[in-house]
Amino acid sequence: MRPPRLLASGDSAVLVVFGDEIDPALNRRVHALAAHLRAAALPGLGEAVPGYAALLVHYDPARLDEAQVQARLAQALDALAAEPAGAAPERRFEIPVRYGGAAGPDLEFVARHAGLTPDEVVRLHAGRDYLVYMMGFTPGFAYLGEVDARIAVPRLETPRVRVPAGSVGLAGRQTGLYPSESPGGWRLIGRTDAALFDLGREPPSLLAPGDRVRFVPVAD
Amino acid sequence: MLIVERPGLLTTVQDLGRYGHERFGVPASGAMDPFALRAANALVGNPAAAAVLEFGFEGGALTLADDGLVAVTGSASAVRVNGRARPLWTALYVRARQTVEIDLASGVWAYLAVRGGVDAPPVLGSRATYLRGGFGGWHGRALRAGDRLPTGPRPDARPLLDLAGRTLPTEHRPAYAERAVVEVVLGPQIEYFTDEAVAAFLSAEYAVLADSDRMGYRLSGPSVAPLRADLISEAMPLGAIQVPAGGGPIVMLADRPTTGGYPKIATAARADAPLIAQCPPGAGRLRFRAVTVAAAQARYRAQVARLKYIQGPGEAETFI
Repeated sequence: MRPPRLLASGDSAVLVVFGDEIDPALNRRVHALAAHLRAAALPGLGEAVPGYAALLVHYDPARLDEAQVQARLAQALDALAAEPAGAAPERRFEIPVRYGGAAGPDLEFVARHAGLTPDEVVRLHAGRDYLVYMMGFTPGFAYLGEVDARIAVPRLETPRVRVPAGSVGLAGRQTGLYPSESPGGWRLIGRTDAALFDLGREPPSLLAPGDRVRFVPVAD
Repeated sequence: MLIVERPGLLTTVQDLGRYGHERFGVPASGAMDPFALRAANALVGNPAAAAVLEFGFEGGALTLADDGLVAVTGSASAVRVNGRARPLWTALYVRARQTVEIDLASGVWAYLAVRGGVDAPPVLGSRATYLRGGFGGWHGRALRAGDRLPTGPRPDARPLLDLAGRTLPTEHRPAYAERAVVEVVLGPQIEYFTDEAVAAFLSAEYAVLADSDRMGYRLSGPSVAPLRADLISEAMPLGAIQVPAGGGPIVMLADRPTTGGYPKIATAARADAPLIAQCPPGAGRLRFRAVTVAAAQARYRAQVARLKYIQGPGEAETFI
């Protein structure tokens, strides 16, 4: 396992780079460090925000300088490396999805693109567990992977101005959930009624980085 | 209570931002010019994190329901109380039903703090408005005429008249300019750019395009297109300068998405976020100068410490 690179991301954050590809093993290291830092709650360190293969760690430049932050991160990485590689507790979710029709206007396109029937696309999409690699784009938007290579599709050339809340999209080997109405360029194959982001709840986001998700087809 | 008479173009409730939820994709938001927000709060004796009104691109007018203390900072060009010109960057005693008018002649963002703070309901620990998400601040939207905003309890017992007149002397206010030089820390994806591109980025002048907003400022100038576009998405901080394949840099500001997939040639020094924000879209120009992390941090600490030069009644240090 290569040690991560620590790169300054301005004067108030350090980027911990584990690699440069979308890979579940790299991504788990991102979440492990994020969880470790959250539990340690070191003074002066702010939130740790996961990406696919890098963790951005914010800090308060009025309290810590770069060398202190690097030392703290090096210590945290050492502590993690010394921990037995036990199975980290994973949260699992089943998300009901209505596939196709008005709920999934691009399902037919994906089927044609893949040379499959719409039902086969649904079976492939719903037939495996996905990892929440990271969240971003809009509050509560989860980037999930990896999608079966047979149903990987390019993004729309012209993004939709309005994607309905709950839409399930495909882009390459990624699948994602639109928690609220927004513009979007992913191919929409279904929709869920699950409340993905609800400010009346703590935390508002149903999913968190590192979670496991399986989609369950339901009838209209 | 603040009563909005003339809302202006883009007036929102803002504070230092919403932190601790970026991993769920919730943007930080908060004041575009955090120094002006801190100064406005310090002048009226509020904690740094109190919520204020941010006026974007255009001034506005409001009335206080009760006697109060306000301070107007940022790039406001004038403040009037009942038609009479009053000093900027100064705590002003305002009587009940008097009208406070703010002008924004050439700048971009002005701030009005009121003693006690604007008491909009906190969402995820912050009163900052996130317009795109429609939450935070006042019902998640820009203010309208007739809005009545509650103010919070005074943070201590000092009489308003004892605080009136506190001012930040001119030499300690930011030197906003339509042509600004911004310090940056290069990277984190400096290896995505040729030496020539980095040299061009650090020597040319970039125009701030008119379609800039609270999310980010788009720049136009010599292309600094990245060598490759294979960066996978990662989180990015305030001031990150992303460069899409087209080569036009974008400085990410308060309402930036939490993650992005374009290589970042540099990240603006935190102390210069106010200068960038106040460089007018459609007219302003920016130049960039590379500095070390340590130098950028020293400037940030010195900037926050400038609030101790607030003169007048009361001990300014208490409120930093």
